[in-house]
Formats: sequence, structure tokens, C-alpha cells
Amino acid sequence: MRTDKLDKKQDNEPSPFKLILTLGIAGLISGIAIISIYEVTLPTITAYKAKVLREAVFKVLPGVIRIQKFQYADGHLQENNSDQNNDQSLYAGYNVDDALVGYAIPADGPGFQDTIGILYGYKPDLQLIVGMEVLESRETPGLGDKIFKDADFQENFKALAIYPRITMVKKGKKSSPNEVDAISGATISSKAVVKILNKSQEKWFERLRKSE
Amino acid sequence: MANAYDEFIKGIWKENPVFVQVLGMCPMLAVTNSAINAIAMGVATFFVLLGSSILVSLFKNLIPKQVRISSYIIIIATFVTVADYTLLALIPEVHKELGAFVPLIVVNCMILGRQEAFASKNSVGLAAADAVGTAIGFLFALFILGSVREILGNGSLFGISLFGPHFEPWVVMLLPPGGFIMLGLILLFFNWLTEKKESLIKNG
Repeated sequence: MRTDKLDKKQDNEPSPFKLILTLGIAGLISGIAIISIYEVTLPTITAYKAKVLREAVFKVLPGVIRIQKFQYADGHLQENNSDQNNDQSLYAGYNVDDALVGYAIPADGPGFQDTIGILYGYKPDLQLIVGMEVLESRETPGLGDKIFKDADFQENFKALAIYPRITMVKKGKKSSPNEVDAISGATISSKAVVKILNKSQEKWFERLRKSE
Repeated sequence: MANAYDEFIKGIWKENPVFVQVLGMCPMLAVTNSAINAIAMGVATFFVLLGSSILVSLFKNLIPKQVRISSYIIIIATFVTVADYTLLALIPEVHKELGAFVPLIVVNCMILGRQEAFASKNSVGLAAADAVGTAIGFLFALFILGSVREILGNGSLFGISLFGPHFEPWVVMLLPPGGFIMLGLILLFFNWLTEKKESLIKNG
């Protein structure tokens, strides 16, 4: 009985060539499908990301009508008109009189669940942060996502002194211009934003002061 | 036709993938903290399940059984990637909320289960009916859990506030424990329903 079954099975066994061919064809078709959908959606996705970033720059730097991208290299800022972004790029914002208002600086760091990516407006002459937008976050919906949904928390970044460094206090305890009111129930996410800002300032503070 | 209808309706109620088969728990618990996320996840799963079932049923005689699981996974993964990019291009805000859980549809055992148990043994029409039924059942379950959690945990439904500013949200409902508690309660309710129905049949 048992041997019968085994024999029968061996008769039906397709050649390894057929198995490889089947998987090969399936993989090929799948690859073509994935490349096609990637190519089709890529312009929309890139355009959306660029739009979000542009909107964010205008939001974090009130009064700006023109922006210019810069790249920090060889000890000073250089104009950069390519689409390439890296952690050395920032955006300068100019007002109606074409005078520099401030810089919009992208920064990121670990949050509660995943990387939080933010963009903040900074005025080097006043050493003040004037706006903050969250571009990327997977914080807990309903709690951690208040870092970009909670108006009270956003209010902290309308005029935040960076000197000597930004510190976080319990909600409602904010007393000096360099303090941030935490979100109750989302302390870790609030702390993460403050940490990202401090770290980014360590990098940019001297550089932007020199370029004044 | 009646046959296709049976296959369709069983997935929604009698063999509901979540409430009865208890499959697909990972997305079920992870993305149901708001109704809109639950629906987006349900629709993406719907698309993947229907597409894969039709293809698997079409090619069932061409795929050698030794490599069938790998072939199913290739088919499912392709549909998932298509769904992922489409969501990212069409509704980036929702895609942002769903995060890693769209790519993870690949490993939803409910989908592979339907291919192995049904689509690979039945005609295209029946496979499609079964896929649509199962997917709607899944969507229905996600929607129930998602809306209950959003209402209790945030006081809103589809982002619209329901109770006014004095409502104190029950935050734990939005966190993973809330998902487990609520799912447990819903499963309890469904089992109670089934038991009651059975005892009615016995006594009647």
C-alpha cells in the first residue's frame, strides 16, 4: 500500500526544470508588474512629497514669499537647485523685500515607534524657533500623533528660544521662552521632538551664526 | 449561481475570517484605532485577495503542486506591492497612518489560506465569489473594531467629534491593550450568539 503510493507519487513528480521554469516565469511577471506600478506612481509620489515640503517651509517661516535651497559644504552654505536632499540641506526664506527671514531646517530622530522627521523655522538673528511641522511620523494615533495634531503643543514652537537649550516641562508649567509644554499622555513623543531640535541646533547653530 | 452566492455569503457571516476563523489578527489589532484606517486596510486586503484568488484559480492547472505555495506568495506579494504604491500615490495621508501594515498584508494567513483551501480547487467564478465574501467579512470586522475603538478612545467617528469638548477619551482603547480587550469582547459576543442559536435549534 505504502510503496504503491510512493511509486505513484514519483511518477507524477515533475522535472526540476519545470519547477524552476514556473517560479522563474512567475517572478519575471511579478517583477514587470512591480516595476510598472513603481514607474506609474513615482511622479505622483515625488510631487506629493515636494509639495508637502514646500508647504511646510512656508508654514514654519511666517511672512516668507520666496525660498531657496542651500547645501552646507566646505564650511559654508552653497545654493543647491537639484532635487537631491541630504542631511546637510536647508531652505532659506525671503520676505517681500527679498530680505532673509530665516531658515527652514529639516531634522529627524527616533520617536516612540519610528523615525520622526520634522521641519522647523529658525531665525538666527533672534536665536528663535518660529514654527515646527512634522513631516514624517508613525507615532501612536490618538496619543503620540498629537505632536502634529495638538494645537497647544504646536503653539510652543511659535517663539521658542534655543538658548541655552530647549527643555521640556509638564503641561502648563512653561515659564521661560526656552521651555516646551509636554503633551500629557505622549511624553516620549514630546521629548523626542525636543531632542531632535536640540541635536539639530548643535549642528546648525555655529554654522548659521558664521554665515550671518 | 446559487452556489456562487453561498460561497459569497459564508465569508461574511458563517465563516467570517475574524470572528469565526480568527485569522488575520495582526492587521486586525494594529490598524483598527480609527474607522478610516480600518476601512483603508480592509479595501487594500479586498483588492489583494480578489486579485490573487482570480489569478490562482486561472493558473491552478499550470502550477506544479510542489511549488504552489511559493507561486501563491509571488502572486500575493505582487498585488500587495501594487496596492501599497497605489495607496501612497492616491491617499498619502492614509498610507502614512497605515505605515508598515500594508506590506504586511503579504503574510496575512487569511489570504494564503483562501488560495490553498479554495481558489486552487475551484473555478474562477467561485473563487472570486469566495474572495469577495471573505474580504467583505474582513472589512466588516475591521470596521466594527475600528469604529468602536475610535468612538471610545477618541470620542469621534471618521474624525468627526461626537460628544463635544467635555468627553474624556478612554485612551487605552487606542493602544494595543484596548485592541485585545475589544476584540475579546466581540469574539465573546459572537460565540454567545452562535451558542444561543444552536441551543434554539436543539430545543426547537
